[in-house]
Amino acid sequence: MASGSNFHRLPEPEYKRLTMTFDGRTIEARSGDSVAAALIAAGVTVTRTTPVSGVSRGPYCMMGVCFECLMEIDGVQNVQGCMVQVREGMSVRSMAGARTVSDARTPGDG
Amino acid sequence: MARPSYDVIVVGAGLHGLSCALNLAREGLKVVALDKDHPGRHASGVNAGGVRRLGRHEAELPLTMAALEIWHRIEQEVGDSCGFVACDQIKVAESGSEADTLQARLLRLRELGYDHEQWIDADELRRRVPAIAPHCVGAVLCAGDGSANPFRTVMAYRRAALSAGVEIRENCPALALSPAGSGWRVDTPQGPLDGGAVMNCAGTWGNTIARALGEPVPVTPAALMLMITERLAPFLKPVLGAAGRTLSFKQFDNGTLLIGGGHRGTAEPECNRSRVKMVGLSISAQTVGALFPQLADVRVVRSWAGLEGMMPDDIPVIGPSSRADGIYHAFGFCGHGFQLAPITGRIMADLLVRGHSGLPIEAFRIDRFAAADMAAMDTPEQRISA
Amino acid sequence: MVDPVPLLIMGSGPAGLAAAQEAVRAGVGALLLDEQPTGGGQIYRALGEATGERQKTLGTDYAAGAPLLTVLSAQCLDHQPGATVWEVSPDGTVYYTRQGQARAVSAEQVILCSGAMERPMPFPGWTLPGVMTCGAAQILLKGAGVFPASGAVLAGSGPLLLLLAKQLIGARARLAAVVDTTPADNYRGALKYLPGALRTPGYLLKGLSMIRTLSASGVPWYRGASGLEAIGDDAVAGLRFKVRGRQHEVACSNLFLHQGVVPNVQLSRSLGLEHHWDGLQRCWRPILDGWGASALERIAVAGDAGGIMGARAAEAHGRLAALGALNRIGVLSETERDRRAAGARAVYRREILPRPFLDRLYRPHPDYLQPADDTIVCRCEEVTAGQIRKYVELGCLGPNQTKAFGRSGMGPCQGRVCGLTVSEIIAQARGVPLEQVGYYRIRPPIKPVTLGELATLEQPEDA
Ligand SMILES: Cc1cc2nc3c(=O)[nH]c(=O)nc-3n(C[C@H](O)[C@H](O)[C@H](O)COP(=O)(O)OP(=O)(O)OC[C@H]3O[C@@H](n4cnc5c(N)ncnc54)[C@H](O)[C@@H]3O)c2cc1C
Ligand SMILES: Cc1cc2nc3c(=O)[nH]c(=O)nc-3n(C[C@H](O)[C@H](O)[C@H](O)COP(=O)(O)OP(=O)(O)OC[C@H]3O[C@@H](n4cnc5c(N)ncnc54)[C@H](O)[C@@H]3O)c2cc1C
Ligand code: FES
Repeated sequence: MASGSNFHRLPEPEYKRLTMTFDGRTIEARSGDSVAAALIAAGVTVTRTTPVSGVSRGPYCMMGVCFECLMEIDGVQNVQGCMVQVREGMSVRSMAGARTVSDARTPGDG
Repeated sequence: MARPSYDVIVVGAGLHGLSCALNLAREGLKVVALDKDHPGRHASGVNAGGVRRLGRHEAELPLTMAALEIWHRIEQEVGDSCGFVACDQIKVAESGSEADTLQARLLRLRELGYDHEQWIDADELRRRVPAIAPHCVGAVLCAGDGSANPFRTVMAYRRAALSAGVEIRENCPALALSPAGSGWRVDTPQGPLDGGAVMNCAGTWGNTIARALGEPVPVTPAALMLMITERLAPFLKPVLGAAGRTLSFKQFDNGTLLIGGGHRGTAEPECNRSRVKMVGLSISAQTVGALFPQLADVRVVRSWAGLEGMMPDDIPVIGPSSRADGIYHAFGFCGHGFQLAPITGRIMADLLVRGHSGLPIEAFRIDRFAAADMAAMDTPEQRISA
Repeated sequence: MVDPVPLLIMGSGPAGLAAAQEAVRAGVGALLLDEQPTGGGQIYRALGEATGERQKTLGTDYAAGAPLLTVLSAQCLDHQPGATVWEVSPDGTVYYTRQGQARAVSAEQVILCSGAMERPMPFPGWTLPGVMTCGAAQILLKGAGVFPASGAVLAGSGPLLLLLAKQLIGARARLAAVVDTTPADNYRGALKYLPGALRTPGYLLKGLSMIRTLSASGVPWYRGASGLEAIGDDAVAGLRFKVRGRQHEVACSNLFLHQGVVPNVQLSRSLGLEHHWDGLQRCWRPILDGWGASALERIAVAGDAGGIMGARAAEAHGRLAALGALNRIGVLSETERDRRAAGARAVYRREILPRPFLDRLYRPHPDYLQPADDTIVCRCEEVTAGQIRKYVELGCLGPNQTKAFGRSGMGPCQGRVCGLTVSEIIAQARGVPLEQVGYYRIRPPIKPVTLGELATLEQPEDA
C-alpha cells in the first residue's frame, strides 16, 4: 500500500496485484477491489467536488446508496466508484463539479 | 331561498382553477375553490414548465400572446417570480421536408399578422446550440418565451388567491351538481356548497361535470411523461423541440436536463394516478440520442407522468356552458395549458362579470363537437350526478 | 419473444439466497439479479472469494453464510451478478442494466430482497471526506481486506458499531476511540422488552462478547455522547462531542458512523405499495402478508427490505416468500407450501423475538433525527435542516413539496440518504405525527440509467 495511507491490507497474498491510475498517479490494487476501495486503501480521501457548492467529498457508504463516490472511470463521467471493480490499467479521475458535455462532433468531410 | 354563500364555486384548484379564483376575487367576488386532492397534485404541479408560444394552434395565438405578457410581469401578478426565466424556444428541422413544413407555417403566421416565430439556418442554429447533431438543417426560433417552476407557480397562485380572499378547500371533491335557487349547489364530503356560479376547472376530470350537464366532450385522459438527468455543465440555453419528433428538451440553471415528449404512460384517472411506461421513455431517449449523440452516457435520475385532458382538435374548452346558466368551463388543455393559465383566469372573470371576454374564444366552445366525435369517445371515468 | 420467467428474485443476500434455494428445491428456474459482483448481500458480502484470513477476521457469523451460497452453483438457477435493477412495474416487468445493456424481463412472480441501508446520521461535518458509515468500513474489510490500521473513530449506536469495533480490533487496528451515542434512557426504555429478547438469547450473548472485547482492548470508549461535530478543512481531522456536559475532542483521520439500518424501500415505494410507519424502528415498511406478498399480485418483498429483522430472520423470510410465490404460480399446493414452510416459520418467529428490545435500545438519539439548522441533510443537493424548516413556514406540508423549493431528494441518490430525516423535520416543524407527513414519492428509475442504455432497452414483446 502507498505510504501516507492509514489503511492497511490483511495479509492475503492470494489476491492478484493490479495497477490503475488516479488523476495520473499510479495506484496499486488487488483483484476484487472496487475502485473506491482501492483508492481508500491507497490513502485517497477526496474523490470529487460537488456541482452545487464545489466542496470536496469522498466515498461514504461503499454500497451504491449515496452517490458520493462519483468518478470518471475510463473516460465515463459520474460513475459510482464503489460499484465498479478494478481492472488492470484502468484510468480513473476525480470529478470536478458537474459533468461536462462536448460540442457536436464536426461532420466528417472525408 | 337565501342568498348563496358564495358568488362562485371553482371546481378544481389546479393552475386554471386558481387563476380563475384569483381573478374573480380581485373583482370583489366571494370565491371558494375546491380540489379533490390539493393544488398542484396533478398536471399543474408536475408539468415541464414551458412558457411557449412556439408552435401554438392558431386559435390559441391571441391567448398565448396575452398570457406571455402576464408571465413577463408575473411577480406583480402573484407576488413571486414563479421561477420564470425568459429564454428562446427552438424547433429544429432534421430534413428539407421538415424545414418546408416549418416554413409553410411561418408564412401562414405572417398572413395572420404574427411574427414571433423566425426561421434560422443551420449555421445560426449551431451558433445557438453548439452541441446539436450536424444533420439538422435549420430551425424555427421564438424569442422571448421562457420557462417557470410549475409547483412554485401553483404555490404562488395559491398564496395570491388566499390573500385576495379566496377560500381553498383541499381533499374536497365535488360529488354532485344541482340547481339551487338562482344558482347552483355542489355536494361535497364537507357538506353542500351554494354558489351563484360554478367554474369547471377540473382538468383531466372536466368531463365529469360537462357530462352531468348533458354536454360531454371527447376529452381523453393522457399520462404525459417527463424525465430528468443528473447535472451537467451548462451547454444548452434555449428550450428545444423537433419538427419531426415529439420532444421537449431543456437545461435548467442547475444543470439538469428535462426531457419530455408526446409519448404516453398509463393513465388511470379513475384511480387518480398515472405511471410511466419505459417503452415511451426509451423512444424519448432515442430522440435525444439522434439530436445529441454525445449525451449517450448521461444518466436519467427520475421520470414521472402527469394526467392531462386531451381533445381531438388539440385545443381546450373555454367558455360558458351551452346548457346551463351560471356554469363556465375551462379544461382539457391538451398538454400546453401551463403557459395559458394566467390569461384563462382573466377570461373567465370577464365572462362572469362582464358577460364577454376581450379575447376571441369562439373556437373553444364546448358544443363544437359533432355527434360522431362523441360516439367515438371512450372515457372510463367515474360519473358525478346532476 | 422472451417468455416470462416464473420467478425473479432481486437481491442475493440471505433473503434472496434462501428464496433461490426454495425455488431450486421445487425445480423452478428462477432468475436471481444483484448489482454486486458476488452473491451474499451485506452480511455475507464476497464470502465466496474470502480467504481464511478474511474469514477469521470477520468472525463466525460471516463464515456461517457458506451453506446458503452453494445455491449459486445450482443448475437451474440463473444467477446474474452485476445486474442493477432500476425499475419494477406492477405487472411484474423488471428493468435492469448489466454490462452496459439495459433489459426488461417479465416475471410471473417477483420477490424484492433489496435489504437494508444505513440510517443517515446527520450532524455538522458529516459530509467531510473521510467520514463514512460503519457499513462502509465493513465493506472495505469484506470486499477488499482493507481496514483503518490507525486513527479511526467509530461513532453512533447499535450492534453494527460494536461488531465493527470487535472486527477491527481483531485485525489489530489501533482505534482512536469509540463514541457511543445511545441515550442513557434508552436502557430504561428497553428493559420492558428484555424478557422477550431473552427467549432467543444468542443476540444478547453476542452483544456481551463484543462489549467485553471492546472493554478489554483499552480503546477509549465514550458512552452517552451527544452534540457531535466533525471538524476538518478538506477532510475530517477530528470529532467533537459532549459527555455529561463535558466537551471532548478526539483527533482522527477517519470517522465511521452508524445508527442502525432501515429498509431499502425505493422499489416498494416506486411500485406504489402502501407503507406503514414503524414507530419503534422509526422507519417505513411495506405492508405485507405472512408470505411477504404485497397488495400487487405479482410482487412480494422479503428480508430487511420488508422491515429490519436481521440476517437469520431474513433468510427464513426469504424462504416463506419463495414458498408463497411458488404456490401462487401453481407449483406448490397449499398443503405442500405449508409443509415446507413450517421450519422457516418457526425460525422466523424465534429470530424476531429480540427485535423490540434491540430497536428500543438503539433508538436513534434525537440530535440526529432533528439535526440543527446548519446541518446538511440532503447531501446531494446540499440542503440544510434549517432550509427544510423554512419551506415548512412557506406552506410545504410534506417532503414532495420541499423538493420543489430546495431540490432536497432530487439528486442522484434519489432521496435515499435524506428521505427519513426530511420527513422527521417536517413532522416536528408542523407538530403532526410523521405518518401524516409521508415520504418522498419515489420515481423510476430507482438507480440512474443512461440515455444510451434507455435508448437501446431490450424489451419483452408485450411490454
Ligand atoms: C408531464 C406534463 C408536461 C407538461 N408540460 C407543459 C409545458 O411545458 N407547457 C405548458 O404550457 N403546459 C404543459 N403541460 C400542460 C399543463 O400542465 C396543463 O395543461 C395544465 O396544468 C392544466 O391545468 P388544469 O388546472 O386545467 O388541470 P390540473 O392541474 O389537472 O388541475 C385540475 C384539478 O382539478 C381537480 N379536480 C378534478 N375533479 C375534481 C372534482 N370533481 N372536485 C374537485 N376537484 C377536482 C384535480 O384534483 C386537479 O387538481 C404539461 C402537462 C403534463 C402532464
Ligand atoms: C452495510 C451493512 C452491513 C451489515 N453487516 C452486517 C453484519 O456484519 N452482520 C449482521 O448480522 N448484519 C449486518 N447487516 C444487517 C444485514 O444486512 C441484514 O440483516 C441482512 O443482510 C439482510 O439480508 P437481506 O437478504 O434482507 O438483504 P441484504 O443482505 O442487504 O441483500 C440485499 C441485496 O440486494 C441487492 N440490491 C439492492 N438494491 C438493488 C438493485 N437496485 N439492483 C440490484 N441489486 C440490488 C444488494 O446488492 C444486496 O446484495 C448489515 C447491513 C448493512 C446495510
Ligand atoms: S460510496 Fe456511496 S454510492 Fe459509492
